[in-house]
Amino acid sequence: MSAGTANINVTVAGVTKINDLVTRFKFVRTGGGELPTFSGGAHTVVEMRDGDLTRLNPYSLMSDPANRGAYTISVRRDDQGRGGSLFMHSQVREGMEMVISNPVNLFSLDLRAKKHLMIAGGIGITPFMAQMKQLAATNGLFELHYSVRTASLGTYASELSAQFPSKVHIYHDDLEQRIQLETLLDGQPLGTHLYVCGPKGMIDWVRGQAQKLGWPREAVHYEEFLAPVSGRPFDVRLAASDKTIRVGEHQSLLEAIEAAGVDAPYLCRGGACGQCETKVLEHDGELKHHDHWLSEEEHRSGKVIMPCVSRFEGKTLVLDR
Amino acid sequence: MTIQFNDETFRDDFTFRNSAAAIARFPFPFHEDSYMYSVNLEPHTTLRPGSPFEFAFDVDEHYLAEMKERAQVLADDPLRCQSLPHMTLAGWDLLEYIMEAKARDYPDMFSLSKNGNAWHWVNKPMQIEQKFTFLDESTLPCGPLEYITRQTQGDFALLDQRDDNLWMDAGMITTQADWSLDFDIGMNFFEWHAPVPKAHEMGIFVRALKFLLNLQQGAPTRRLNWTMTVNPLLDTSPENYHKWGPMKTGMTIDTIGQQQHLRVELQTLFRLPRSNAIAFPIRAYLCSFEDLVSVPKWGRRLHRVVRGIPEELATYKGFIANQPLMLEYLSQYDDGAATSDGIFPDD
Repeated sequence: MSAGTANINVTVAGVTKINDLVTRFKFVRTGGGELPTFSGGAHTVVEMRDGDLTRLNPYSLMSDPANRGAYTISVRRDDQGRGGSLFMHSQVREGMEMVISNPVNLFSLDLRAKKHLMIAGGIGITPFMAQMKQLAATNGLFELHYSVRTASLGTYASELSAQFPSKVHIYHDDLEQRIQLETLLDGQPLGTHLYVCGPKGMIDWVRGQAQKLGWPREAVHYEEFLAPVSGRPFDVRLAASDKTIRVGEHQSLLEAIEAAGVDAPYLCRGGACGQCETKVLEHDGELKHHDHWLSEEEHRSGKVIMPCVSRFEGKTLVLDR
Repeated sequence: MTIQFNDETFRDDFTFRNSAAAIARFPFPFHEDSYMYSVNLEPHTTLRPGSPFEFAFDVDEHYLAEMKERAQVLADDPLRCQSLPHMTLAGWDLLEYIMEAKARDYPDMFSLSKNGNAWHWVNKPMQIEQKFTFLDESTLPCGPLEYITRQTQGDFALLDQRDDNLWMDAGMITTQADWSLDFDIGMNFFEWHAPVPKAHEMGIFVRALKFLLNLQQGAPTRRLNWTMTVNPLLDTSPENYHKWGPMKTGMTIDTIGQQQHLRVELQTLFRLPRSNAIAFPIRAYLCSFEDLVSVPKWGRRLHRVVRGIPEELATYKGFIANQPLMLEYLSQYDDGAATSDGIFPDD
C-alpha cells in the first residue's frame, strides 16, 4: 500500500452470508500470531487485487476490540458501485490471503461521555458493534437505536437485541416504525454524546435535529464514508512525478495515481480524513469535489483536491504529486 | 545484565556522569551547522544498533538513578503525575505498550507473561515483581500510567484526540525543560504551544497537528528537540525555578565545560490502540560541553549552531545570557574544518 500506512498480511478464516445483501468476513494473521488491539469505531482498509486492478476499500471493524485472534468486517453488496463490494462477495473465499491496513479510527468514542447514545441505519451498524463490546467490557453506559428496512435485512438486529436487551431498540421501515428523534434527543442526561452512522440522509437528519435542540457541536459524532463516484474518464498531469495518467470511468483519481506507481498518502479513502489532500497547480475545467474535508471556500479556490473521491471534467489538470 | 547502572545524582552534589560509551551514543541533535525549527519528524524505527534509536523505549546506564530521582520529585510534588478520569484506558494502553516493548527488546532485564488478563511483570534492575489483572486498577499499587512510568525513563504526556485537536489530559512530567503539567493539563495542542516563539507564524503547529491527528497505529514517529541546562538537572520545572534558575549565573571559562550541559529530548509519538489517544514520551539526555567537544565533529558544529542561532530562540531556550561565554569556550574546539552531514560522529 502507500506511504505511512502499516499493513498486515491476513488469511480469510470465514465467509458468512448474513442476509441477501450482507456478508461477513473473518481475518486472522497469516502464519499465526495476534492482531493489534483497536478502539471501537476503527476501520481497516482492505486491499483487493482484481486482475490488473487494485482496489482499496475501508470497512469498519465490528469484532470485539479486545479479541486479538481475529478481525471481522461486514460488507454490504452494492450492485451500482464500482465493484469493490461485488469483488468481496464474489471472489473472496475462505483460505485466501489478503492485505489489510492497521486499524485507523476516525469515529472514536469520546471517553468523557457520561452516556453514549448511538443511532445506526443499515450497514452503519458495524462500527457500533465494536464500540458496544468495548463499552460493555468497561461498564460504559450506552443505548442503541437501529433503523433497518425489514426484519430479514436487519443485519445483526436480533443478535444485538439478545445480547443487550435493555439497551438496543430496533425500528423496521416496512412496519413504519420511526426513531422518535426529537423526543429521544430531548430527554438525554447532561454529558451524553451522540453518535450516528448510516446513510447520508440519516446523518443530516440527526445532526440537524441535534443542532436545532442546542446540542454542543463537540458532543455530536458521525461517520460518513463516501464511496468514490464514477464519472467520465479524464487525464491528469502529475508534475512532481513527471507523468501523465488517465483516470478511468470506474477508477478514483487516487487509484489512478497509485496505479501509475506514484506513492500518495491516504487513510480513509472516503473524503473524510484529509490525508490525501493534493495541491492543484493548474486547471482548465471543473473540479468535481465530493469530499467533506475541504471547506466550501477551498472547494471554490481551485487550489486543492481530495483525490480519493473527487474528479475533474475539462481540458487540463496538473497536480503537485 | 548487559548494562552497568551508574550510582549518581541529578541534584545537590550532581554526581551524574556519562561513560565513554554513553557519550558515543549521545543523541546529538544537529544534523548541520545551523538550527531552525522544522517539522522534523521521522518514523520511529530501528536505527543504528546501540543508539537511543534502536528500540521503542531506550534503557541506559542512568536508568536506576533516573527512577530514584523521579520518586524524589513525586514525593515532593505529587501533581507531577495527573490523569483526568477519561484517560485511564490510555494509561493501560501505555502500560501494555511499554511492558511488551521492554520484555521484547531487553529480555535479560524485563519479562511479561500473560494468562488472559492475569499478567505477571518482572523488572529485574528495579527488583520489582508484580502480578495484576490487566484493566483492573485495584490490582496495582497506583494507576497504570503512574505505575509504568515510575519504571520507565523519560516524561510521558498522554494526548486525547477529539474535535480535530489533541488535549493534554494525562501525564508523568518530572524531567521537563521548564513547562508544567499542572499548568497545561486539559489544554489543547495550540494552547500548550502558545509560548513557543516564531513557530506559530511559520505555520509549524497547524502542519504538525494535522500530521499527528493522522498518526497511525503501528507507525510511531520521532523527533529530537534540545535546550541548554546548567548542571545535570533533570527537574528544570517552573515550580522549582527558584532552585535551578540561579545556577545559570556564575559559570566561568574554567567551569563551563563541566557545568554547561546540552539537553536533548528524544520525543516519540505512538498511537495507542484501545483509547485512540496518543502517547508522547519525552526522553531527556544530558551531556556536558566538555564531553561533547571530545567528539571533534560535535565540538565544531555546536560552536557554529550556538553562534548562528536567532536571538528569540536563544532567549526562549533560556541561554542568551550565557551565549558569549559558551562561544568563548566552544571556539577553542572549532578549527573551521568542514563537518560531515548527519548527527552521528565520524567513525
